[in-house]
Amino acid sequence: MKSFTYERATSPAEAAASVMRVPGAKFIAGGTNLLDLMKLQVETPTHLVDVNGLDLDTIEPTEDGGLRIGALVRNTDLAADLRVRRGYGVLSRALLSGASGQLRNKATTAGNLLQRTRCPYFYDTAQPCNKRQPGSGCSAIGGISRQLSVVGASEACIATHPGDMAVAMRVLDANVETVNDKGDTRRIPIAEFHRLPGGTPQIETSLQPGELITAVTLPKPVAGMHVYRKVRDRASYAFALISIAGIVQRDGTGRIAVGGVAPKPWRDEAAEAELPKGAKIATERLFAGAKPTHDNAYKLKLTERALGAVLSEARA
Amino acid sequence: MYGSEDLELNRRHLMAGASACAVATACPSTAWAAAENKSDPVMSKVSFTVNGMAHEVDIDTRTTLLDAVREHLHLTGAKKGCDHGQCGACTMIVDGRRINSCLTLAVMHHGDAITTIEGLGKPGDLHPMQAAFVKHDGYQCGFCTPGQICSGVAVLDEIKAGIPSHVTVDLTANAVITTDEIRERMSGNICRCGAYSNIIDAMTEVAGRQA
Repeated sequence: MKSFTYERATSPAEAAASVMRVPGAKFIAGGTNLLDLMKLQVETPTHLVDVNGLDLDTIEPTEDGGLRIGALVRNTDLAADLRVRRGYGVLSRALLSGASGQLRNKATTAGNLLQRTRCPYFYDTAQPCNKRQPGSGCSAIGGISRQLSVVGASEACIATHPGDMAVAMRVLDANVETVNDKGDTRRIPIAEFHRLPGGTPQIETSLQPGELITAVTLPKPVAGMHVYRKVRDRASYAFALISIAGIVQRDGTGRIAVGGVAPKPWRDEAAEAELPKGAKIATERLFAGAKPTHDNAYKLKLTERALGAVLSEARA
Repeated sequence: MYGSEDLELNRRHLMAGASACAVATACPSTAWAAAENKSDPVMSKVSFTVNGMAHEVDIDTRTTLLDAVREHLHLTGAKKGCDHGQCGACTMIVDGRRINSCLTLAVMHHGDAITTIEGLGKPGDLHPMQAAFVKHDGYQCGFCTPGQICSGVAVLDEIKAGIPSHVTVDLTANAVITTDEIRERMSGNICRCGAYSNIIDAMTEVAGRQA
C-alpha cells in the first residue's frame, strides 16, 4: 500500500474542500472496497478524508412521504429499518443478498453506490485496463468475460457495476444528494448517477471532483410485489451473474431493473411497458442493442428465465 | 509412536512451513511494492479500547485494525487469512458489530470499543460459544476459529436484534434461529477444514440456551 496522510472531516463541505485541496485525495467511509483496492495498488490515494464522524447516519421521513437515507447509514441498518422492510422490500432484499454480514456492518449507502467493478483485469495491475490506466487497452475484450457486461459497454470497457443496492435504488427512482467544497448542494436522479463507459471508462459517475454524497432519497413507497432475484455461482456471498429488482403487480405490469449485465443498473421504461406480454418479449426489448461475448451470452437467456420466474410469482 | 506433545510440535512445524510457503509466493509482489513506494510512512496516534483495556498507539496510517491488534498489541487470536475481507478469519466485534478487521484502518477506530477472541473468554472461563465449539468439535486446524466464534456470537445478537437475512421469508416479521439462517449469516467465515456442520451445532446449542 502506498503511504498517505489522513484527516477526520468535521463537516461535509469541509470534507469536500479537503479533497479538492489535496491532489490525489479521496473520501473514506466504510472503506471495505477502497482498502481492498489500495492493498493491490489499484487505488493509490495520497490523502484520506475520513467522513465517518459526519452526522450523516440517520434515516428520516421526507415531506412527500418518502425517506431520506444518510450517506453513512450502514447496509445492515438500512436493510433492517422497519420502514424500509415494509415500504421498500426490494431495497432490503437487495442489500441482504449482497456481501457478508461483516461487510454489510461496515459498508455505507454512499460507498455502496461508488464501489468499483470486480472485473478481474481491473484488479490485475499487470494487465492493461482502460478503467485503471486510461489508454492502456481492455484485456477483458477477448479475455475472460463470463461475469462482464452484455449491454451498455463500449470498445474501451466491458466492466459491470457489481452492486445490488444500486439496482434496487434504480427501480425505486432514488435521488442522490450531494454537496461540494463551496457548500452548494444538488440532487442527481439515480438514472443519471452512473455513467456508461464510452471512451472514458475511468469516469464512472456524474459526481464532480470533490463532490460528496450526503444522502439518498426515496419517493413514497410503491405498492406491489417487491422482489430481488439474484442468480450467482454460490448461494451466499457472491456477486450477481444477473439480478432482477422488481416491483410487479398481479396483472403483470410493473417496473424492473437488472443488475450484473451492464456498467450501471440496467432499466428501460419502454421494456417495462412490454412486461404484460411476458418475459421473452420484455427481455428482448431490454437487451436491444446488446453485444454479448461468447462467454457471457448466457446472461440474456438467464435474465429472461429469471424474469419469467418473477412474473409467475407476481401472478400467483 | 508419537506422544501428544510431539504431535503438537509437528503440527506447529507443519503450519510454520505452510506459512513460509505462502510468504515465499507473495515475495515478488511485496518486494516490488516496497521498491516502488518511495514516499515515507506517515504516523498517526489513535486510542481505543481492546477487550476493556485502553490503548494508545502511534502507527503508520496504512496499518489495518487487524495488524494494529496483532503486531502492536500482540493479541494474535484474530488471524490474517486472505487480508481482503473474503475469509472472515480476522473478524472482530467493534462497538457491538462484527467486522472484517483487515478491511479497516486502525486510525479510523479512535474511541471505539473492540472485542477480540481473547476478550470473549479465556481457558477456565470460556464464553458459552467457545465452550460449545469445543464440545461440538467446531474446528479442526483452528485457524478460522477465532473469527468463526466472534462471528457466531454476533450472529445470535443480530437475530435477537431483529435484523433480517437473505433467507428470512417474511421481511416484516422477526427472524427465527434456524439452520438456514445460521448458514446464510455465517457465509462470510470460510473454514477450509469443513467444520461447518459442527459449527452450526455449536451455535444452535448456544442459541437454545440463550432463548
